[in-house]
Amino acid sequence: MLDCTPKEIKERTGGVINPAKTCQPIGAMYAALGIHRCLPHSHGSQGCCSYHRMHLTRHFRDPIMASTSSFTEGASVFGGGANLKTAIKNVFAIYNPDIMAVHTTCLSETIGDDLPTIIRTAEIPEGKLVIHTNTPSYQGSHVTGFSNMTKSMVNYLSEATLESKKEQVNIIPGFVNPGDMREIKRIVNTMGIKFIMFPDTSGVVDSPMTGEYVMYPRGGTRLADLKDTGNSKVTIALGSYASADAAGQLERKCGVPAVILKTPIGIKATDQLLMALRSQFAVEIPYELEEERGQLVDIMTDTHFHFHGKKVAIFGDPDIVLAMTEFVLSLGMQPIHVLTGTPATGGAIGTMVGNFEVEVQELLQEAGITGKVKAGGDLFELHQWIKNEKVDLLIGNTYGKYIARAEDLPFVRMGFPILDRSIHSYLPVVGYKGAMRLLEMISNALLERADRDARDEDFELVM
Amino acid sequence: MDVRQAVIWDSVLKERKESIITKGKQKNRLKCDTDSVAGCVSQRACVYCGARVVLNPVTDAIHLVHGPIGCASYTWDIRGSLSSGSELYRNSFSTDLQEQDVIFGGEKKLARAIDELVAQYPAKVVFVYATCIVGVIGDDLEAVCKAAAARHQIEVIPVQSSGFAGNKAAGYRAACDALLRLIQPTQTGISARANTINYLGDFNLAGEVWIIKNYLRQIGVEVNVAFTGDSHYEALKNATAASLNIIQCAGSMIYLAQRMKELYGIPYLNVSFLGLQDTAESLRKIASHFGDEEMQRRVEELVARETARVEPTLEWYRRRLQGKKAAIYVGGGFKAISLIKQFREIGIDVVMIGTQTGRKEEYEIIHELVDDGTVILDDANPSELEKFMVEKGAHLLVGGVKERPLAYKLGIAFIDHNHDRKHPLSGFVGAVNLAKEVYTTLCSPVWQYV
Repeated sequence: MLDCTPKEIKERTGGVINPAKTCQPIGAMYAALGIHRCLPHSHGSQGCCSYHRMHLTRHFRDPIMASTSSFTEGASVFGGGANLKTAIKNVFAIYNPDIMAVHTTCLSETIGDDLPTIIRTAEIPEGKLVIHTNTPSYQGSHVTGFSNMTKSMVNYLSEATLESKKEQVNIIPGFVNPGDMREIKRIVNTMGIKFIMFPDTSGVVDSPMTGEYVMYPRGGTRLADLKDTGNSKVTIALGSYASADAAGQLERKCGVPAVILKTPIGIKATDQLLMALRSQFAVEIPYELEEERGQLVDIMTDTHFHFHGKKVAIFGDPDIVLAMTEFVLSLGMQPIHVLTGTPATGGAIGTMVGNFEVEVQELLQEAGITGKVKAGGDLFELHQWIKNEKVDLLIGNTYGKYIARAEDLPFVRMGFPILDRSIHSYLPVVGYKGAMRLLEMISNALLERADRDARDEDFELVM
Repeated sequence: MDVRQAVIWDSVLKERKESIITKGKQKNRLKCDTDSVAGCVSQRACVYCGARVVLNPVTDAIHLVHGPIGCASYTWDIRGSLSSGSELYRNSFSTDLQEQDVIFGGEKKLARAIDELVAQYPAKVVFVYATCIVGVIGDDLEAVCKAAAARHQIEVIPVQSSGFAGNKAAGYRAACDALLRLIQPTQTGISARANTINYLGDFNLAGEVWIIKNYLRQIGVEVNVAFTGDSHYEALKNATAASLNIIQCAGSMIYLAQRMKELYGIPYLNVSFLGLQDTAESLRKIASHFGDEEMQRRVEELVARETARVEPTLEWYRRRLQGKKAAIYVGGGFKAISLIKQFREIGIDVVMIGTQTGRKEEYEIIHELVDDGTVILDDANPSELEKFMVEKGAHLLVGGVKERPLAYKLGIAFIDHNHDRKHPLSGFVGAVNLAKEVYTTLCSPVWQYV
């Protein structure tokens, strides 16, 4: 399928071949699912909503509910105000959420619908809420959309109502799986610190099977908690691209200081999360977590010789890729191709804070490795890089499978979306436990390959 | 259902009420082919989606999506259409429009994209899909495509599929218009060949076109080209050489068939190769169209042989599935109609049936076919599906991607009769595969733990 990818790299200016990103609205929809009893609403054509639900359904294998303004020709000429007002009325009448989280699309952005005004003049039942965020698909990526919706939660809902701050931490987990959110919560719980995680999709898109269909499962950040984020002592934003903006806004709006950390993938980033919590709340690291860390280090030493010097290509969302790069470096691997489809900056509306290329290059330089790093790239280019300098392992989302097949590479699936394997969204890649799981995935991929390629005389029982 | 939900249900919009009927209870005709209500959790898609699913199986074309990245991302290699040749169609090409393109227009970027792709990939045709935003910013797709075609001496065909300009059915039409441009014969013309047909409305999911081609070959009919499963440029260019068009998925392709009849005098027949009964009848219909006795004899021979081959297996499944109840929610009407008959063949009753884009004529046939008490619904939302599946005691749901987890959450078995199908469900062999899939899910021990 990728037979036509040439080794010779020429500059392209006509768009993307085989994208490593998708559009803002799906990220906003995913973030909105992380509010308890929230119905995400897509203000645009029906197709957008349908595609986002389909894509999320394929990744999470759970029902994904969202409504749409169902734009028609009329709406795109006269504006979508009437559609949105009708939609708001219908959504509360039929689906009865506590809150409706509206995001825009390229269409409604381009025709210039003024959402604050439309929402202000809409009929909203008492006690119900409508929030919105702008997610033009022609800026940033799905990560920007996640960031923008999370920031809107702060804009609309966070309030500083107390004189002094509460001994609690806000945790913004970023665009990660519910399995990761659960693991982060477990870590903070284990440390005995009160916290509010937002958004929190655990218990929503990984809800248990009960034989009954519940439109609003038990999970998701409670509205009262979202309000209370303004009273917290500190916000820890995990991932500069997905989470920092909301944390910054919370600092500006409610005076809650923001601490921006990497997504806690790997030993170093997890250490940093624990250290930040310890210093903010003057608590000891409990033995349970020390033990986990010790086990992780034990596993790393048991297996390090499998990893050392192996060349890796990593692609995906910027926060995840950055942390993953750091982790494989800590194993002695060489991440020589590192790419994200998300542009370095999000444009006028999505002002994301991160600086992907510089941050990854710094990590590589520190380890004395020369590699190619790019933000706003595509998988066609990544494939070309690999053709020019081979790697031993590819790490990325489902779409990496075409390159892995073309170049016969061991492949570890990680990130969003993963459409061809299941269960991944339930199990963490964050924290010490998540690092153990990643180690298992990486070493299995490498060793399966060694087994497959070994001649009879080299085929080993003990590895 | 609790009281609160019941109250909500009572207030379900009047507009939706006309789109749901129960056979034997209401005389009203079902309302269909209308726009979805704003604020509904519709399972429907858009114009672009319709156009893309119809055209995407053209294997050796460059499918370039003109718009921001999403529309290309979500449709990257999702159809499960198989190819016996080029794999070019499985790549994802997008102009990835950025803010400055939206402000200043995307025509130049589109032209560059075509140039770069044509230099990169050996294609004789480029389909350029318009997305929502293109219609609004006013890019002249027609002009850009024409200029690019002249520059590269290949065909560059715009697909007018701005998402908001109607529903998925409008997208089918946009795709058919693009195909009509492609197949237009040159001045020399193409003469029709006897016993040669085009097979419309099969997208070769899991290799289904190949199964049907094989049956047709056995009765002495040659498939000229399938629209669009496993099709390629050269074969499509020669489409007017057929002496008959047969249409399976009428929802997407009836327009193309009608136009080809008007323009090239090629008659058409509606067929369906889903289930034993419809497969046999469709083959008979084709043979009788050609009025060829030898062909009719071969059809009977094939039907008898294939039926005998699959009947014992089907009987085995029938005994195990007898009396189970199925709910069906699929894209188009033809599939819904065939499935009712096909389920009867394995002893299963259909208690709820609906489509996203079924047409009036199709709903009339559905109404005829189903038993009293069966719920028929158009453009349903998940809550409606849930309500009627539970109320009617369905054991199985047939649907697409978004319906799967809903069924599972209710403890209801599920099969995909859409893009995610993994086994061919067409023809005699498909009937067995369907029975097997139904059995695999319905009779799995996992449901005991719910």
